Amino acid sequence: MTGFQTLFYKEMLRFWKVATQTVAAPILTAVLYLLIFGHVLEDHVQVYPGVKYTAFLVPGLVMMSVLQNAFANSSSSLIQSKITGNLVFVLLTPLSHWELFSAYVLAAVARGLIVGSGVFLVTAWFADMSFVAPWWIVIFAVLGAAMLGTMGVIAGIWAEKFDQLAAFQNFLIMPATFLSGVFYSVHSLPAFWQNVSHLNPFFYMIDGFRYGFFGQSDVDPLISCAVVACFLTLLVAFGVALLRSGYKLRH
Amino acid sequence: MAAIQVNHVEKSYKDLKALKGVSLSIEEGEFFGLLGPNGAGKTTLISIIAGLNRADAGNVTVHGHDTVTDYRQARKLLGVVPQELVFDPFFTVRETLRMQSGYYGLKNNDAWIDEVMHHLDLTGKADANMRALSGGMKRRVLVAQALVHKPPVIVLDEPTAGVDVELRQTLWKFISQLNRDGHTVVLTTHYLEEAQALCNRVAMLKAGQVVALDATAALIRRISGSQLVVQLASGKLPESLMPLVSHPEELMAGRKYTLRINDHSEVEPVLAALRQSGAVVEDMQLQQADLEDVFIQIMEGEK
Repeated sequence: MTGFQTLFYKEMLRFWKVATQTVAAPILTAVLYLLIFGHVLEDHVQVYPGVKYTAFLVPGLVMMSVLQNAFANSSSSLIQSKITGNLVFVLLTPLSHWELFSAYVLAAVARGLIVGSGVFLVTAWFADMSFVAPWWIVIFAVLGAAMLGTMGVIAGIWAEKFDQLAAFQNFLIMPATFLSGVFYSVHSLPAFWQNVSHLNPFFYMIDGFRYGFFGQSDVDPLISCAVVACFLTLLVAFGVALLRSGYKLRH
Repeated sequence: MAAIQVNHVEKSYKDLKALKGVSLSIEEGEFFGLLGPNGAGKTTLISIIAGLNRADAGNVTVHGHDTVTDYRQARKLLGVVPQELVFDPFFTVRETLRMQSGYYGLKNNDAWIDEVMHHLDLTGKADANMRALSGGMKRRVLVAQALVHKPPVIVLDEPTAGVDVELRQTLWKFISQLNRDGHTVVLTTHYLEEAQALCNRVAMLKAGQVVALDATAALIRRISGSQLVVQLASGKLPESLMPLVSHPEELMAGRKYTLRINDHSEVEPVLAALRQSGAVVEDMQLQQADLEDVFIQIMEGEK
């Protein structure tokens, strides 16, 4: 095995050994969201013509789970290793910056996709789902997970304490996710807030992802894909530059 | 080529200058001691060698490979035992060692892992979770982790701090064997008798600077001759002899004094001075100075 494969394997093992907490729990949370919001709003809200609210909600919840779990994986692994000090075992090795970065991000993508698939399999029981453009589903899930996995690496490098990481999660990731159209279409918002929503990269991930299911979206999926890819490229460049500079990890 | 070459390394933490231009060269096959009081900069220097910290100025090479610009090659050649007792609670001892081998790109490393575990008396704990191990056992795993890739240069940062006699003996037997097989060993320790017994050469750091760098034997010869330990039944040490006392706390305790002398011919004048002052000698020993005496003298800034 190469160093990269080993670190990737270790990162996979790390969350898989505690799958109740890292996989089963977020699936249950998403199901609860679906049952409660679906029950309350099913007969009152129709976002797209011909699409029931519960069906509309499923892709949003799946994507939200993908994003949150991808972020949680890389960020919590890094902060735990930093605080317990065992990150030294990785830092002492000849792993390159890219290898280190991609191992953390790919494991985050894997956890995001595993949890996302789990959420989908369970929630799809409650709704009539269609798959108009399955490739868009895969592309947006992978890009979104990679973006949040990268943000997790950056946050994990930056944060020195658990509460700093929690602040990053609660004041940045959570609002950006909830305000991206998980539970609603931004078209239902006043014009001002629609424009604000378009500045949120999370909006494009969820909108494009949802297009894969219903063939309907607020923005052309090609544009969404381009926006997400641009953000991802910028974040990756930033994350690798942080590792290369040794910021916080080697000071 | 030097195993480790440190060139004018400087490092500051805010207002504290931890390293003030340290230069030294450690040759292949040496057993090298890096000594100094707490806060002298030993761990900072080791962290810079290991790539865990970046120097503000200067550079370090391992077998000619720069630790920053050619870090992958430099790190392949180094095995570092960190001072802090750290571990990954998710894994067993064997998993930990396999994982560490994998980071260096080694697969099927079990034969060597088994050998390392055997030499460090870890075999019985191979399948125990890291969390379940005692402090001493965790320390052994740290050493094993540093050795999984058979590094030609082994760096041990206070490996025996708070460790029982048995582990110290096990550890030094194994490390000495590796040194005889050609591995370069760099050691920091507060146990100076260990450094004296093991290291062929020693550097002493004080406040971020190298204040002594020589062969261990030469250092002991050069700085201090012999020591005359006298225990008095009555009377006091005359003032003329007080400058010779090598452990100042003895002046406060009274009765027993360790006096530095250059050679045996100085024994009689010391005894004469004691007789003259009316002191009665109860016991007397002539000792060769050791590394600890040298260390104390250098750190006190004498001679």
